[in-house]
Amino acid sequence: MQDPKQPATDSSSSVGTGSAAGDKVVEMQDCSISFGGIHAVDHASLDLCKGEVVALLGHNGAGKSTFIKLLSGAYKRDTGTIRIRGEEAVINNPRDAKAYGIETIYQTLALADNVDTAANLYLGRELMTAWGTLDDVAMEAQAREVMGRLNPRFQRFKEPVKALSGGQRQSVAIARAILFNAQILIMDEPTAALGPQETAQVGELIKQLKSDGISIFLISHDIEDVFDLADRVAVMKNGQMVGTAPVSGVTKDEVLGMIILGKCPPGATPGPGAVDVG
Amino acid sequence: MTDASTTSSAPQGARQSEESAVTRFLRATEVDTRMLGMLGALLLIWITFHLFSDGRFLTPRNLWNLSVQTSSVAIMSTGMVLIIVTRHIDLSVGSILGFVAMVMGVTQTSLLPSVLGLGSPVTWVITLSVGVVIGALIGALHGYVIAYLAVPAFIVTLGGLLVWRGAAWWVTSGQTVAPMDATFRLMGGGPNGSIGATASLVVGIIACIGIVSMILVGRRNRKRFNFPLRPMWAELTLIVVGCGAVLGAVAVANSYPWPKGIVKRYAQANNLEIPDGGLFIAHGIAIPVLIAICVGIVMTFIATRTRFGRYVFAMGGNPEAAELAGINTRWVTMKIFILMGVLCAIAGAISTARLNASTNAQGTLDELLVIAAAVIGGTSLGGGIGTIVGAMIGAVVMQSLQSGMVLLGVDAPFQNVVVGIVLVLAVWLDGLYRRRSV
Repeated sequence: MQDPKQPATDSSSSVGTGSAAGDKVVEMQDCSISFGGIHAVDHASLDLCKGEVVALLGHNGAGKSTFIKLLSGAYKRDTGTIRIRGEEAVINNPRDAKAYGIETIYQTLALADNVDTAANLYLGRELMTAWGTLDDVAMEAQAREVMGRLNPRFQRFKEPVKALSGGQRQSVAIARAILFNAQILIMDEPTAALGPQETAQVGELIKQLKSDGISIFLISHDIEDVFDLADRVAVMKNGQMVGTAPVSGVTKDEVLGMIILGKCPPGATPGPGAVDVG
Repeated sequence: MTDASTTSSAPQGARQSEESAVTRFLRATEVDTRMLGMLGALLLIWITFHLFSDGRFLTPRNLWNLSVQTSSVAIMSTGMVLIIVTRHIDLSVGSILGFVAMVMGVTQTSLLPSVLGLGSPVTWVITLSVGVVIGALIGALHGYVIAYLAVPAFIVTLGGLLVWRGAAWWVTSGQTVAPMDATFRLMGGGPNGSIGATASLVVGIIACIGIVSMILVGRRNRKRFNFPLRPMWAELTLIVVGCGAVLGAVAVANSYPWPKGIVKRYAQANNLEIPDGGLFIAHGIAIPVLIAICVGIVMTFIATRTRFGRYVFAMGGNPEAAELAGINTRWVTMKIFILMGVLCAIAGAISTARLNASTNAQGTLDELLVIAAAVIGGTSLGGGIGTIVGAMIGAVVMQSLQSGMVLLGVDAPFQNVVVGIVLVLAVWLDGLYRRRSV
């Protein structure tokens, strides 16, 4: 779990501006969004390197999902800049994000319950026949292939996804994200609906995707889910970034302290949300 | 689906062995049980009316009239399906129909004759085009306000209900416009507005060829991708039932003769001698019915085979997911309402042609019939669920009830009572069915 790209004590952290290392695929700087008077995300910054898994942790309501939705295009940020592969990116809606190779697995899964698996996998990017009609047969064939890799026992292709179990729905959502050669993957609580065995499967999948060079944001409120998978952790509290740390430089208890108290341990790089220690 | 059962997991296999013969039949033919239930209900309604009206309901004459009366509502109900599927509603269709019908009436009676002369063969084309364009513009306006200005569809179309009814009055200050162009009138049915026995038979045969080739193409596609095939007997059953229904309908239309007076005039005009038993000239399929069937086919194609249709259903199932999947949901919403406006114009043309006049009250309360047809036809008000063919059958159910009650001499106010109760009952039963099946 050593991360060669991110020395633990280096100051070129996600916090602050002007860091532009060559292999950083995502740099989110000073991003804010508020709903009414609530500062859901308050000047938060975070970056992600190629092939890196960054776990974004925090309480329910800490702003992690909202923060990451600025990247996936679901929300439009009020302030801040986002750079993708070093270039400033314009992300105003989910279509823009997808054009940059950013795929998202939402906490709610964002599946259209009334249509079948293939239709969900290709929603917004349907395969068409030469006559400009939907190529359902080809889409279903592709769906069978990709689902066969993720979840070999999955057979219910003709049924609307409403009829599927929680784990099956989750694998549909994951399959949709990896079907289109994503470069950057955002997984918002990907194991929330899963049993232990399926959770382990998702863990394996994340390792495999990482070895393929895909960069992953892993969002969770439960440190146990992600600590072994991540290269780095980033902790949010009350919409602010408490700090980031390589998992090799901190213990679980220290990360818990970041989550609960906003207290930054010595191995971490404090952000604007960190409370003064002592 | 037999192939699927061998590969599916154990619990599914166990469930399958307990199935009865009926369930196996339904599974093999992949027929929608809900649709079957609706057809059963329709048959029940027909037989009941037939028995209570001393055998006047299931006659070629009544069924032919029923088909013509249904056309206008059936056409609009296909658009209403898409609207309700996306969790909207359109209360203005009757008023749009009234306004567009009025404009079309004025176009063909006062505007075009002064340019083209009376009885020009292109009058009807221009009139219909004007209607369609105006319908589309009205729909676009509604759709824009709903999608981009975020005013609820209920309010926008409630406003439209008042606005377009008033606008219809304003076109001629309330005067009725009549008579219509002779060619235009063919769209309304009647002896002249029907295609006759031979052409009906040809249409029927083409439809049968269509059914057979659709099943063959489906089978070939499944083979190509190694999907489970329907058993051969199930395919054959579908072909026989489908073709039987088509040819049966043609036979009914072909056994309804022209009235004696019209036959006499026709014989005089063509120097024919009327034989002793009287000359039998069949109506055949009425043109409005053909239009409605074409609209149904096109709309089914749009709903199931195009990207637009897929987006409509995905938006209905989960609007947020559709947005997150990168679908331009606002533009899709606007397109749905444009389509609805166009369908209102076509329906308006048919009802104007049938009446041979444009009146200020045309299409009044049609919105309720159209919504009822869509809902009885299985369109869920919760969004995401509905079929075009279901809505069209729903329109037939609604019209059968009304026409049957007229035959039985039920008073008009009481007819509304029955229709209202049936609507509520149908939605309740539908809810029961869905809760059980999911």
